[in-house]
Amino acid sequence: MTDKHDLTLTINGFDHAITVDARRTLADAIRDQCGQTGTHIGCEHGVCGSCTVLLDGVPVRSCLIFAVQCEGLAIRTVEGLAEGDELHPLQRSFIKHHALQCGFCTPGFLMLAVGILENEPNIADADLRELLSSNLCRCTGYANIVKAVRAAADELREGR
Amino acid sequence: MKPAAFQYHNPLTVEDAVATLAEVAPDQGRILAGGQSLVPTMAFRLATPEHLVDINGIEELGRLAVEHDALSIGACVRHAAFHRPVLEGGFGALLTRMAGHIGHYPIRQRGTFCGSLAQADPSSEWCLAAVTLDASITAQSSRGRRTIAGADFIEGIMSTALDEDELLVETRFALPAADTRFGFVEFSRRAGDFALAMALASFRLSDGVMIEARLGIGGAEDRPRRIAQAEAELNGQPPGTPAFEAAAAAVAAELDPMEDAGTSAQYRRELAQCLARRALESAAS
Repeated sequence: MTDKHDLTLTINGFDHAITVDARRTLADAIRDQCGQTGTHIGCEHGVCGSCTVLLDGVPVRSCLIFAVQCEGLAIRTVEGLAEGDELHPLQRSFIKHHALQCGFCTPGFLMLAVGILENEPNIADADLRELLSSNLCRCTGYANIVKAVRAAADELREGR
Repeated sequence: MKPAAFQYHNPLTVEDAVATLAEVAPDQGRILAGGQSLVPTMAFRLATPEHLVDINGIEELGRLAVEHDALSIGACVRHAAFHRPVLEGGFGALLTRMAGHIGHYPIRQRGTFCGSLAQADPSSEWCLAAVTLDASITAQSSRGRRTIAGADFIEGIMSTALDEDELLVETRFALPAADTRFGFVEFSRRAGDFALAMALASFRLSDGVMIEARLGIGGAEDRPRRIAQAEAELNGQPPGTPAFEAAAAAVAAELDPMEDAGTSAQYRRELAQCLARRALESAAS
């Protein structure tokens, strides 16, 4: 049984016209059919958070949504964070605070953190730690990830 | 780890959705709302529905409103809608507190209140709320609409009173009296894990004693339920340690907890007893 759908995904403001099986997850469509391989796929069942992207401004697990559900929604991935050669403040903060080692979880953490800070710019430390527990990092870099996001939050707030 | 093939339907009205569901339900047709439980189950191929009826495009199901002294929650209202209180007072604060225990932030952006009821996981926070606070649940099919009481809705582990062609369109809570006090406590080993047990308590005070006491326990048995023997220990008593401990002891005596590899029935019983007392203390404070 095949159930093919023609649709357009809008990723970081660019339209990608693709044909997908209904069963194709958003994560797979972003990577394999739109060529945006910055979004990583870890567990494929919503536990690890590697595939986190922003969907209409909020962070979601892209492995738990089907691509066919996402036409007309604004998808943002890690490729959309930098402006030209200028890294996003969160990306700079991750480098500065050594918030990554192997880097596999990093795109997911960046999109989670961007989503959190855009929706909750004045988030308290305890709440930030709780929300960052959404994603897994197996290099055990959590302390530095919290530090990096906290510093970026403060920078973004002052820049406003 | 990839879902099996299925046919996708995206109706734009409830009428179309239930007509499609009636057609495909005999062929393992399922409703797709937030998908935060269904899609992982499909990834494991534990569920292989041949049809999914996606209700996310149905505008009226996104309705969250207070009307006729009731809170109405449409089928597509996400957990994240409760991140900030939807009502002033204790009830709104309670729902916010409970929402914070559901999965993780990105899961809550997508998962839905009503989907959680339809899934009927024993450790669902919203199932506990629906049972303890007497929600009324509206199911619609091409045959018509009916309302099911929260206590009658959940029939066991992931089993509900919904027929295969019925869509849960809305959950309503009658607004509790403004002076109702609430307490909710849950325990899991890590943030975001399924609860090993949880307790929801509510009561009002009249002349210094508790009235209309409710005490619901979730996560411990195959479905959440109110413990009448515990409530009897509360009504007519002043709030405080003697009544709370008596009620918690009644919880322990009444429960027939589930066991799993890491959690014995006795552990869950003692945990539920402790959480019942803490929920009552939280309601009193």
